[in-house]
Amino acid sequence: MEAIGWPEILGRMALQLLPVWVALAVVFAISITWKRRLGLYGKLFDSRVGMVGFALVMFWVFAALFADMIVTHNPLSQISGMRNATPGTPLRAPAGRYDYFLLGGDALARDVFSRMVMGAREVLRIAPFAAMISFMIGISLGLPAGYLGGRLDTGLTFVANLVLAFPVILLFFLLVAPEIQETAIPRVMAGILFIVPVLFFTVLLNARYFTQPARRNLYVGAVMVVGLWAYSGLAFNADPLGIWGMSPNLLNVFVAVVFVNAPTVFRIVRGITLDIKTRDYVAAAQTRGEGPWYIMLWEILPNARGPLIVDFCLRIGYTTILLGTLGFFGLGVASESPDWGSTINQGRRLLTVYPHAAIAPALALMSLVLGLNLLADGLREESLKD
Amino acid sequence: MLLFLARRIGVMIVTALCLTFIVFYLTNLPAKLETLAKTQAGSRISDAEVASWLDRNGYNQPMLTRYGEWLGVVPGWTREDGDGDVTGRCYRAYGITDPGVAPARCGLLQGYWGESTRFRASVADVIPPRLGATGLLMMWALIVMVPMALIVGVLAGMREGSRTDRTLSTFAIASTATPEYVSGVVFIALLASSTAGLSPLLSSWGWIDAPVLFQGNARSALDQITFWNFTLPVMTIALYGMGYVARITRASMTEVMTQQYIRTARLKGVSFANIVLRHALRNALIAPFTVIMLQIPWLLTGVVIVEVLFSYPGFGWTLFEAAVNNDIELLLAASVVAVIVVLLTQLISDIGYVWLNPRIRVT
Repeated sequence: MEAIGWPEILGRMALQLLPVWVALAVVFAISITWKRRLGLYGKLFDSRVGMVGFALVMFWVFAALFADMIVTHNPLSQISGMRNATPGTPLRAPAGRYDYFLLGGDALARDVFSRMVMGAREVLRIAPFAAMISFMIGISLGLPAGYLGGRLDTGLTFVANLVLAFPVILLFFLLVAPEIQETAIPRVMAGILFIVPVLFFTVLLNARYFTQPARRNLYVGAVMVVGLWAYSGLAFNADPLGIWGMSPNLLNVFVAVVFVNAPTVFRIVRGITLDIKTRDYVAAAQTRGEGPWYIMLWEILPNARGPLIVDFCLRIGYTTILLGTLGFFGLGVASESPDWGSTINQGRRLLTVYPHAAIAPALALMSLVLGLNLLADGLREESLKD
Repeated sequence: MLLFLARRIGVMIVTALCLTFIVFYLTNLPAKLETLAKTQAGSRISDAEVASWLDRNGYNQPMLTRYGEWLGVVPGWTREDGDGDVTGRCYRAYGITDPGVAPARCGLLQGYWGESTRFRASVADVIPPRLGATGLLMMWALIVMVPMALIVGVLAGMREGSRTDRTLSTFAIASTATPEYVSGVVFIALLASSTAGLSPLLSSWGWIDAPVLFQGNARSALDQITFWNFTLPVMTIALYGMGYVARITRASMTEVMTQQYIRTARLKGVSFANIVLRHALRNALIAPFTVIMLQIPWLLTGVVIVEVLFSYPGFGWTLFEAAVNNDIELLLAASVVAVIVVLLTQLISDIGYVWLNPRIRVT
């Protein structure tokens, strides 16, 4: 068989990505039809920048979801004769497998296209959740620091500045290492960091419903059961049913990324809180005799959502970059893992001769982060229009 | 102002102590010390031998004591051998064996930074030349980055919502979405690869003599910096930081352009170029100044990535080598330098902000 040229490679890739196109078309059709009823999300479709960003992000989300249908080969299996194969090289003996390596093979004769698609799954499995946990920690600490002030504020701000003064790369070298995984440090940090979301939801619901004890007990009870169940699994790998769990590697990466992100969120939330707490509706709530947690979580937080949603998008992008950095230095990932950072790292050794193995994941990572940044920009623009 | 400075410096010193202790703790974990013992005394030694090696070399004291020794505020450990010779931290540091001659304390404060196991040299000799090499790289990156970012930001911000603004803002967003390991890889593939990108094309047309346009390896820049071996690393670092500074400049510029005094100047009939250059620019550059200073520690991550990618043996590359090879003392020293750089730039940015912005008064 002949090697195929770029037009056919692109055509075949587009065909492989068919599930993604269908899903994108459905989402866009539904969203644009009912955009007036969908609030801020609907307004996104008024801005061209926001739409492009949303399309890029959803492209990778769907690619990650349907990765099993899209990949042409097993991303981990090596196929003889395909070492450093250029894009479009046919397999010597297909034997029922896909006939070509669409984007070529890497130094270990694995399919670059399949690894790129599977890499999306690796990234999107961690980045949004790490950003979410960082946000909950930042919010849970930033609100009281800004609203209550005093010693608590001084102490928390000092700790946040301490973490922020750490060069990120140094923190990664120190915190994500095999030797660290043998110690209790990641577990202890996970134990502290992961309990915060559980507490956050408990306090959130308790503050809202404490006048209706029956409903309060139901909601808080449900949060406690699910939250502590997930907590035991994620932080201590002690889930009795074995549904929640993280490998030590993953936990280590997760903790490091959350640790880097949380202080920045804390500073943002604290700043917004300082601004909002002087508003009249906060004074009104205080006069009504509402408790501090109710005011923080149900008066201040909803009014701070605009900048926080925008920053959340940016933070997922930044987390993706951080994960790529970790992979680039080979920190905390399994050596075979198809995540983009470590694929770039493996590809860079032969970069000047066979650039394709590193270029594909590099462009993939860039387009995802670009999509998130454009999405954030579109959201910011639309939320400012109100 | 003096009180403000004193308080800032006080907080800075406390922060530096906390950070260095955290680094010290994390680099001196038992598992890392065990690895060190095995690399120094042979990889097949038994656990008992590891324990005795650690004991002989003063690693068995409490963490806080050893931190004090390293810092130079606690007297270094000493031990008498059976035959009357004395060894100890400070005896080894200065290569002394006679008892009673060595100073009691030897640490950072006395100028003793330890020995590097990776480079088999004194840390004090390893760090400075590499820091110089990185300084050169950073200098060029800033020379490229700052003017370009400011120009992009000002051009985009002076007419908000115009086509120029849209184009330049999108460019700025794209640049913040391109981390160094992506742009570096793309640059190398596009400009420094003998099989792909521009270089084969140019060399087949006979426009360049060498097989590649730019060099993807910057090691030769250590002897002599040329346009061909230094452009790619500098551009790679500059690109990622540029977008952020440009966006801050744009935001600051658009805010200034809506101010009353700009409207007054317009109504007076001042030309648009004059408004931008003489009335708006100065006020619009306060915020970017702070951001540029704070950008320097942020560039540190980029420097490590770029130096590893282009194998340029500077400070970032040393940090990477120290971390990978479990070179405890070198990693500690590099961390101290990094932390000091971060804290100093924070201080300068604070002072500069107060100094540039007369509306802020510190008491």
